[in-house]
Amino acid sequence: MIGATSFSPLLLAAGAGADSFLERLPLVIRDTVAGVFPAPLQWLVGSTLSIVAIVAIFGGIFAGLTLVERKMLGRIQNRPGPNRTGPMGLLQPIADGIKALTKEDIVPRSADHLLHYLAPVALLAFSILTFAVIPFGRNLVPLELDAAVLYFFAAGAASELAIFMAGWASRNKFSLLAAMRALAQLISYELPLLLSFVPIIMLAGTLSMTGIIDAQAGWQLGFIPRWYIFTPWGFAAFVIFLIAALAESNRSPFDLPEAESELIAGHLTEYSGFKYALFFMAEYFGMIALSGMAITLFLGGWRAPLPFLEFIPSYAWFGAKLLVLLLFFIWIRGTFPRLRIDQLTRLAWKFLVPLALVNLGTAAFWSLTSGWSGALQLVRWALTIAMVIGPFVLLGRGLSGTHRPRTYRYA
Amino acid sequence: MSGVEPMFPSPSSGAHVNAVHDPFHGDLLEVSMGPHHPSTHGVFRMMVTLDGETIVKLKPVFGYLHRNHEKLGENTSYLGSMPYTDRLDYLNSMTNNWAYALAVEKLAGQPVPERAEYLRVILAELTRLLNHVCLAGFLLQDTGASGTPLMYAFREREKILDLFESLSGSRMMCNYQRFGGCRVDASPEWLAGAQTITNNFGRFLDEYEELITGNEIMMARTQGVGALTPELAISAGITGPMLRATGVNYDLRKVDAYGVYSRFDFRVPLGDHGDTYDRYMIRILEMRESIKILQQALPALPAGPIMDPKAKIRGFRPKAGEAYGRIEGPKGEIGFYLISDGSPNPYRYRVRPPSLVNLTVLEDMCLGQTIADAVIILGSVDIVLGEVDR
Repeated sequence: MIGATSFSPLLLAAGAGADSFLERLPLVIRDTVAGVFPAPLQWLVGSTLSIVAIVAIFGGIFAGLTLVERKMLGRIQNRPGPNRTGPMGLLQPIADGIKALTKEDIVPRSADHLLHYLAPVALLAFSILTFAVIPFGRNLVPLELDAAVLYFFAAGAASELAIFMAGWASRNKFSLLAAMRALAQLISYELPLLLSFVPIIMLAGTLSMTGIIDAQAGWQLGFIPRWYIFTPWGFAAFVIFLIAALAESNRSPFDLPEAESELIAGHLTEYSGFKYALFFMAEYFGMIALSGMAITLFLGGWRAPLPFLEFIPSYAWFGAKLLVLLLFFIWIRGTFPRLRIDQLTRLAWKFLVPLALVNLGTAAFWSLTSGWSGALQLVRWALTIAMVIGPFVLLGRGLSGTHRPRTYRYA
Repeated sequence: MSGVEPMFPSPSSGAHVNAVHDPFHGDLLEVSMGPHHPSTHGVFRMMVTLDGETIVKLKPVFGYLHRNHEKLGENTSYLGSMPYTDRLDYLNSMTNNWAYALAVEKLAGQPVPERAEYLRVILAELTRLLNHVCLAGFLLQDTGASGTPLMYAFREREKILDLFESLSGSRMMCNYQRFGGCRVDASPEWLAGAQTITNNFGRFLDEYEELITGNEIMMARTQGVGALTPELAISAGITGPMLRATGVNYDLRKVDAYGVYSRFDFRVPLGDHGDTYDRYMIRILEMRESIKILQQALPALPAGPIMDPKAKIRGFRPKAGEAYGRIEGPKGEIGFYLISDGSPNPYRYRVRPPSLVNLTVLEDMCLGQTIADAVIILGSVDIVLGEVDR
């Protein structure tokens, strides 16, 4: 166990936690399997193993998550959720998969067959691509890129294009409306999403995911991790990121493209069978990937939340944080009504974007005053918090407009 | 047509939307929402013309559930129509029964014993609770609240339906009222059950409002959406909570004071804006008033017969004449107009369905709103297609 005063990432990496067998297990497996092959082929085998592992593990998480979501929504709504298939409904994902595979795949006669076929494939491909750069644990980065953050959001933005493709190719008016909404949503929310973590890139000084996680190493006062969420500007950025991520992954209350009460199922209206399942899968993958990104940027990546918990392998911490974020997404879904498209774009342009821009200045102030100590440290915190809350209150007042609870008179 | 011009003025109010319609902006999009759309509350169809997402024209199409109700009523004996009235507004069979019974009792000059009057009030207010709680659930479902408010609402609805089942033998098709009284008497156990539900309902309403009423998104979605002016509401014959949401003080329970309603102390909540939020809130407040009525009626239920001993069941032939019986149903004024020619069947049997009349201003409320608003405006009108199409 490392001492409370050691802040260096190097020292931390040399600590007991980093060397444990469980910690190294995924790498050991990869090296052992790759070692069987001749040296020129080893990189190929290693990459293939990573790909297989990602698809298998996240496919499994997807299957589990569909069940968890239905169970949790059920509990939120006073009902048991699926409980007929297998013990406690545990086999429900398998039944769902069989159902999706055996259903007839209907393509409307007047649809653009090629695009109609390509859309779910493209959507899934783009969302799997985003997994390539997420650090799932210590040294567990499938692809170490210097501009990993940029790569992630480029691939993520492409997935909205696939939704537009699906809406356009279906030749259905509801799908077309959904496609319009999806584009409006993409353009609106890409901006606050990207702006929200610019301060982190600024302070960490790197676009590499590993670099960002390294910048969050160490402890304050010996037990508070130096994650960005534990700074005032970081917390504000995290909230903005989370809202924008909800919108980017088309989750309630921003599920406008597939608003089932207005547009039937939006871009999914003309999809059935396994193509529908692929859309579903891609939506969950997108949610998982964005949660992974939020963990990396704000929650210290795979790092343990407390010093004495570092003996638990890093990938377990990543998984735990992922689960918390996903459950949060499901909780939101079970609670909120849906926004309207004009309110959605207004929220982005008039609230989130200005807040994110102000937050940029706040983070710069935080960075410039890092030398302040003692009483000045308190001043620094107070000023930063004021810089976060002030714009929030002012902009929020404009956003709410005249909407407030009313009192009623009686005859 | 090109350029900015008023298009498709609404037939009832002349309201219109200035749609931008030129070669650059392209054509308007005509979408058929329904009859198998998830949010049209049955087989209702809205032919919507959209400029982007803004509605410039909305044509309601209904009749998919037409069952010849009124002609059936003319070919059936007076009592034979009673079970059919259950199927009008299938959420509120108790109030449908009552309105029909009231019309026939007026026609035949049939008095009703006091206990039956009290039971009718109790059942009507329970029906109001279950209708409004369903509406609150469905409306929130239409705004996209993913089933949670609906499930909360249905939990309470089930309790009331259980109560109805234990009294009348059927959850929704109660067929309970008779001319001159009620069909079966309520046992003390049943009354105790009704008292428990009444006592707990206020807590449920608090919980429900805590969950959703103050929600920022809920307010943003419903406030200022689908506003209806009192003038248009009156000239279109709108009744019920929808009328009172525009601020017009018109509640048949006060105006007609039919039955024994004059004995109970309750207030009529009124809205000021006539928008979707007001329509929702008026229903919530009406539920609280219904609880007050129930709290007064249940302990005061007098002993005695539930059926007028002189009431004629077999060979029931009211003398020639006409009568219109109306009550304040949960959705508005539900009335039955009957003409008797002295035969066992009514010569003319006419229903005044509140849902249908309230639906006539749908286009006026929807013009200029978005397609997402149309769904919740329709939800706030509170229609049941069984009653609209008859």
